[in-house]
Amino acid sequence: MMSAQPNHSRDSVIEVSNLVTYYGRHKVLDDVSLDVASGEIMVIMGGSGSGKSTLLRYLLGLHRADSGVVRLFGRDINTLNSREWMGLRRRMGVAFQGGALFNSMTVGENVRMPLREHTRLDENTMRIMSRMKLEVVNLAGFEHLMPSQLSGGMLKRAALARALVMDPALLFFDEPSAGLDPVVAADLDNLILRIRDAMRVSIVVVTHELESAFKIADRITVLDQGRILMTGTVDEVRNSDIARVRNLLSRTCDEQLVDTDDYLQRLTGGTD
Amino acid sequence: MAFPVEEKHGFLVVLLHGDVDLSKSPAARKVILNCLKKRRHVMVDLAAVDYIDSSGVASLVEGFQYARSNDLEFALVGVSEAAMNVLRLARLDQVFRIHASLDELPDGGD
Repeated sequence: MMSAQPNHSRDSVIEVSNLVTYYGRHKVLDDVSLDVASGEIMVIMGGSGSGKSTLLRYLLGLHRADSGVVRLFGRDINTLNSREWMGLRRRMGVAFQGGALFNSMTVGENVRMPLREHTRLDENTMRIMSRMKLEVVNLAGFEHLMPSQLSGGMLKRAALARALVMDPALLFFDEPSAGLDPVVAADLDNLILRIRDAMRVSIVVVTHELESAFKIADRITVLDQGRILMTGTVDEVRNSDIARVRNLLSRTCDEQLVDTDDYLQRLTGGTD
Repeated sequence: MAFPVEEKHGFLVVLLHGDVDLSKSPAARKVILNCLKKRRHVMVDLAAVDYIDSSGVASLVEGFQYARSNDLEFALVGVSEAAMNVLRLARLDQVFRIHASLDELPDGGD
């Protein structure tokens, strides 16, 4: 069994300072600050609607912050031109929740695609690299299958192979355990730890799965209603006396008090 | 970047060094395959490698495959722990012939 041994240096690969974001007039992230050290596995944890997926999208540079700064590898991503951003993007791998594989391509073609886009390597080298990554995720021999022929767990592993094919310095993994049975989810957790230990990679995992978070994290950031409740080690989160963290850990429903005026305003106010 | 080649124990020894990554692995691939195309046994010395990525490892795999197809010896020497971790991840540590140092090698023939 592998353990989540911290292996990180003090260099930050991600620094988020006072990030505030809105959807329309609704504040989704409120004064979020966090950092991810080189070689660290940071788990961003929270329930549905906590803002964790939104935070991921901002970390990926898919949106521009309303205020605050997101720095990747020391660079403020809002100040980068497209060429600089592309250079940074090559150092990042993303495994999306549903795999996000191209259905018209085989698994092997999907995994090779970043190499084709970003490198001029020999065809044979690219083929070996993609097959190596399929070996790493235990999908050797499946490269000729289409994504529609894969199970949920296999799709996630194929997406991970594609995310890893460029040997990223920073890997994002969105909900690795979601929708998987416990054994498959545990296998994937072990794989994430092996990858961190073997490669120079910092990993950000977004999840609502407590068991997975506790197994793989060096540190956990707990998000709730767009705000960070705490960032700490697994033990610090487990032993937190913050009520909302404890609610999340014990899966206790947090009864929301209804403000009559607000509620009526939401139902009746304005037009669509 | 030029990777030097030395002759030792009947092998051509390719001395890789620094970071063998996407920018430098094509040069490593070229020198390894050129040595093998001379029908010489090849040893790749990784002792001075700080980091090797998948493209670098793929170059080693290509060299090994070429050697096996042409009845030539191909082995690695001086594999650092970091490089070994990358090989282990894809179970390639069980595929390559790996020696601790050049000094422990038998003569490679011709």
